Amino acid sequence: MPYPQAGSAGPAAIMQRLRRLPLTPPLVLAPSLIATLVYVVGFALWSAWMSVSTSTLLPRYGYAGFVHYRALWSNHRWGIAYTNLFLFGSLYVAGAALLGLLLAILIDQRVRAEALWRTVFLYPLAISFVVTGTVWRWIFNPTSGVQHLVRSLGWHDFSFDWIVRRDTAIYTVVITGIWHASGFAMALFLAGLRAVDPDLIKAAQIDGAAMPRIYLRIILPTIRPLFVAVLVILLQFAIKTFDLVLALTSGGPGIATTVPAIYVYDLMFQRGQLAEGAAAAVMILAALVVVLVPYGMWASWRRSRV
Amino acid sequence: MSEAVRHDLLAPAGGWHRRRARLGVHLVLLAFALCYLLPLAVVVLNSFRDLGDIGRNGLLAVPRSFSLAHWSVVWNRFCVSGGCAGIAPFFFNSLAMAIPATAISTMLGALNGYILSKWRFPGSQTVFLLMTLGVFMPGQMVLLPWAITLGWLGLTNTIAGLVLIHCVQGLSFTTLFCRNYYVGIPDELIRAARIDGAGFWRIFLRIVLPLSPPILIVTVIWQFTGIWNEFLFGVTFSSGAHQPITAALIGLATTGTSVHQYNVESAAVLIAALPPLLIYLVGGRYFVRGLTQGAIK
Repeated sequence: MPYPQAGSAGPAAIMQRLRRLPLTPPLVLAPSLIATLVYVVGFALWSAWMSVSTSTLLPRYGYAGFVHYRALWSNHRWGIAYTNLFLFGSLYVAGAALLGLLLAILIDQRVRAEALWRTVFLYPLAISFVVTGTVWRWIFNPTSGVQHLVRSLGWHDFSFDWIVRRDTAIYTVVITGIWHASGFAMALFLAGLRAVDPDLIKAAQIDGAAMPRIYLRIILPTIRPLFVAVLVILLQFAIKTFDLVLALTSGGPGIATTVPAIYVYDLMFQRGQLAEGAAAAVMILAALVVVLVPYGMWASWRRSRV
Repeated sequence: MSEAVRHDLLAPAGGWHRRRARLGVHLVLLAFALCYLLPLAVVVLNSFRDLGDIGRNGLLAVPRSFSLAHWSVVWNRFCVSGGCAGIAPFFFNSLAMAIPATAISTMLGALNGYILSKWRFPGSQTVFLLMTLGVFMPGQMVLLPWAITLGWLGLTNTIAGLVLIHCVQGLSFTTLFCRNYYVGIPDELIRAARIDGAGFWRIFLRIVLPLSPPILIVTVIWQFTGIWNEFLFGVTFSSGAHQPITAALIGLATTGTSVHQYNVESAAVLIAALPPLLIYLVGGRYFVRGLTQGAIK
């Protein structure tokens, strides 16, 4: 070492280190970084400030305190929206994950034309929620869809009118959501099943274990991390659900299938209550944080353990 | 590649049982497949039927009429979203939005991923974490700030405004995908090139980019289908003739009072679904592979 390193914290040394650092990478990254900073941090704080501001029809930046949150939570319609999110979210996540797992296990049995099955189950993912909702609306419609079909086949008092009944309409959203997302869950589970060590399975087979037992005791426990990942991905889809409900039921009948994301839009652009709309948006973000932060901590804990 | 080591779980059951079990598996899959294909069959078949036929027999019926006329009606005469120029203008709006936004966000994502995996600098890990957070940001949370920002920039109700939104929002996804993929490229490769005197751009163009097709396919499919299918920003920041196709089509669902022209509407729905569907059919195989390899981690 020709030069002493002790004083490397001095300004001259820092300048020298900086000069040796290639400048191109940070410069190329800078526009993206600035855009993301504005978008993720700036916009989120901006919306959060709006939620405690005096805004009504137009944005205003005076401080109003938490009145809009109080108004939101005392609103009957928000209560319905939040309840719907829980009901829809849990049934949709469980349904899509279980159906996806079942399809993955079936396809994993060395079926013929595997690629074809996969394509059939996965194609809904490529289709927009607007298209999905529009078509399923027709299928659920009692006067043109399934009910009409079964009645015209001779079962005259058959009834399938879930979409026009307040207490059942939310289940049509669940069914449609599962149709859309279960193929995605299938694809992820299938990849997980294929990654299971075949020797493990062979050993169990030699021991004479039956197929259901091999799945329950050996294969599924080894892909447990994948379960968590699939559930989290589906859950954040559920929390953001907006256009699917709008196209399928328009939040109706009445307000029976309204969800938080629709309510935000309504408050902001139909009723001109920007601040309360922003408060509702913050609540959606809060729901996401409740799901994602524990997952992120768990995932990084697992990674650090390996 | 994994074909050779695939286990056969039905194997322990002997000949006859095994054949029956295999048949059962296929039958169950077939039943599910029919349910999954039902909506597609409904729109395809109804787009060729007469209104009288649909009215008499319902939407779920074997077609008793056939006509291609509804397809030309929907393309340039159908009345939707306040105009009667058919669905073509909205289709081209969506193309004009999705193609540049996909190209720009993918390009930037590849560069960012390359920097964050191979040219790390103090704080680059924090930058990556921040960009990943953007993936989870709910659209509702940025709606008002975007509305105001677009107003400042003079981009309200323009395709350019939507392109900007989708580029910024898409950066998070593309950077995440590409960074996770490029981490797998051995550092020795980059180091050797640097010793040979290659710089930032040369290494990117000569080494990293030629290795990128698998992840670029995933990114392009993800971005294009996501942007084409996006609805919230489209319906909020555009109106009238400037709307992308998803925003224009919501009218079909929400005009509850008027009589539905199911045949024309079926054709409209099919046209709106076609580009992402084609992309998925062509590239879906790579998509699933890439997604399970790198993106979900």
